[in-house]
Amino acid sequence: MFITDYIKTVTNSVISLLKGMKMTGYYFFHHKEIITQQYPDVKQVMAERFRGEVVMIHDENNEHKCTGCTACELACPNATIKIVTKFETTPEGKKKKAIDTFVYHLELCTMCNLCIEACPTAAIKMDPTFEHSVYDRSQLTKVLNKPGSKLMAGVE
Amino acid sequence: MFSLENLADKVHDVLSASVSPPLTLLIEMIIAGILVISLFAVLGLVLVFMERKVSAYMQIRLGPNRVGYKGMMQTMADTLKLLVKEGLVPDGADKFLFNLAPLLTIIVAMLIMAPIAFTKGFQLWDINIGVLYVSAVSSVSVIGILMAGWASDNKYSLLGAMRSGAQIVSYELSAGLSIITIVVFTGSLSLGDIINSQRDGWWIFKGHIPALISFVIFIIAVTAETNRAPFDLAEAESELTAGFHTEYSGMRFALFFLSEYVNIFVVCAIAATAFLGGWLPFHIWHFEAFNMVMDFIPGIVWFFSKVFFLIFLIMWFRWTFPRLRIDQLLNLEWKYLLPISMFNLLLATLVAISGWYF
Repeated sequence: MFITDYIKTVTNSVISLLKGMKMTGYYFFHHKEIITQQYPDVKQVMAERFRGEVVMIHDENNEHKCTGCTACELACPNATIKIVTKFETTPEGKKKKAIDTFVYHLELCTMCNLCIEACPTAAIKMDPTFEHSVYDRSQLTKVLNKPGSKLMAGVE
Repeated sequence: MFSLENLADKVHDVLSASVSPPLTLLIEMIIAGILVISLFAVLGLVLVFMERKVSAYMQIRLGPNRVGYKGMMQTMADTLKLLVKEGLVPDGADKFLFNLAPLLTIIVAMLIMAPIAFTKGFQLWDINIGVLYVSAVSSVSVIGILMAGWASDNKYSLLGAMRSGAQIVSYELSAGLSIITIVVFTGSLSLGDIINSQRDGWWIFKGHIPALISFVIFIIAVTAETNRAPFDLAEAESELTAGFHTEYSGMRFALFFLSEYVNIFVVCAIAATAFLGGWLPFHIWHFEAFNMVMDFIPGIVWFFSKVFFLIFLIMWFRWTFPRLRIDQLLNLEWKYLLPISMFNLLLATLVAISGWYF
């Protein structure tokens, strides 16, 4: 009947509106539900697999695992990595290839992860840092091997 | 005991003792004007901050919390920004009307302030047709909005203004009819008499079913009349950028913004006066001790707490409900609210004649 339909429409819509108000009213009085993160005061914790930048892993003796094979440089689709190699003489008098500088251009990097997959010795990894803003572009060109670091013994 | 009525009387006595009657009237008008303007400024600051905080908490956010203690000074900073901003006037605009429109809206908001009773004996002008005056003056604000929309020379502004016109003209009807329900009970159009008739209980309790229905309809109608969500079609951001004030900037925009919040305050004050007893305290039948405690709270506190409760209700609507389409908006008014309020008026008349209210 027309009148009952009319009244039913009115009651149903009022009930659905009140349901919505109940939800927002609950949030208004329950401040523990707030999901805003106060970023500069409270540091943001990124997910484990978040790709922020490429870093080279160094242990406590300032040794890394990079042999200078340039597999990452070849794998990189946009020439982000540039490895400068040098030859070191071992105590036995043999000449051996080693890295001089591992240049990484953060401004070119797309965080595609191909270099990490290409590395045969797992010398580099993706770091979950994200605060990369700088005042000059030149500061984004980084040298990943720390000064004075050398190849870890036993890594070929 | 200190009260605002005594203060007003004392000012009047001091002035009439020292200067001539016309000058007394002039000085008193200037004082009242300054008080109203400062109330406007404070209301603007407080309500904008309240809106931002309420919206934030309802959307599980924090809201402004940097400027001042818990972000209290945020609106102050925003006002300062708006004051020093450049007020652009578009080339194609009708310069005179463009400048007049924000002034007109703020003047309308100021005029409705006149018959509102803040506490006992603290009322600018207790006219015997208070309700009629309020509903008549509040519809003038649509002229300001239409003026702004036309003078901006912008299709978004014009569309927003036309929508707002259709909306305000329609919803005036329900708002008026629901106020008339209370006039039927009271038998007077004066806001002072309406308050005095509620000494033994607010109309929302005394008038039971018809008063309750008309209260709900009034709140819905004034939400639409003040162009607030879910009826904010006049300034629907996603469709019309900002509707009638798209082209406004700087202080002219601030005046529109201020008048929106002052209008909310005014309509909530009217609702509190008509349905919730204005500045009268909450009394329960025959609980003398409880009533004594309630009487101890000054009237101005009662008035402002009622008004702010209603403002909170309207903000609650805004941050819960989705915006209506223009056809749904007009459907709601003409197919639902108007028939219901007309039927409700009949019911109220029946109740009033038979004396079924308490």
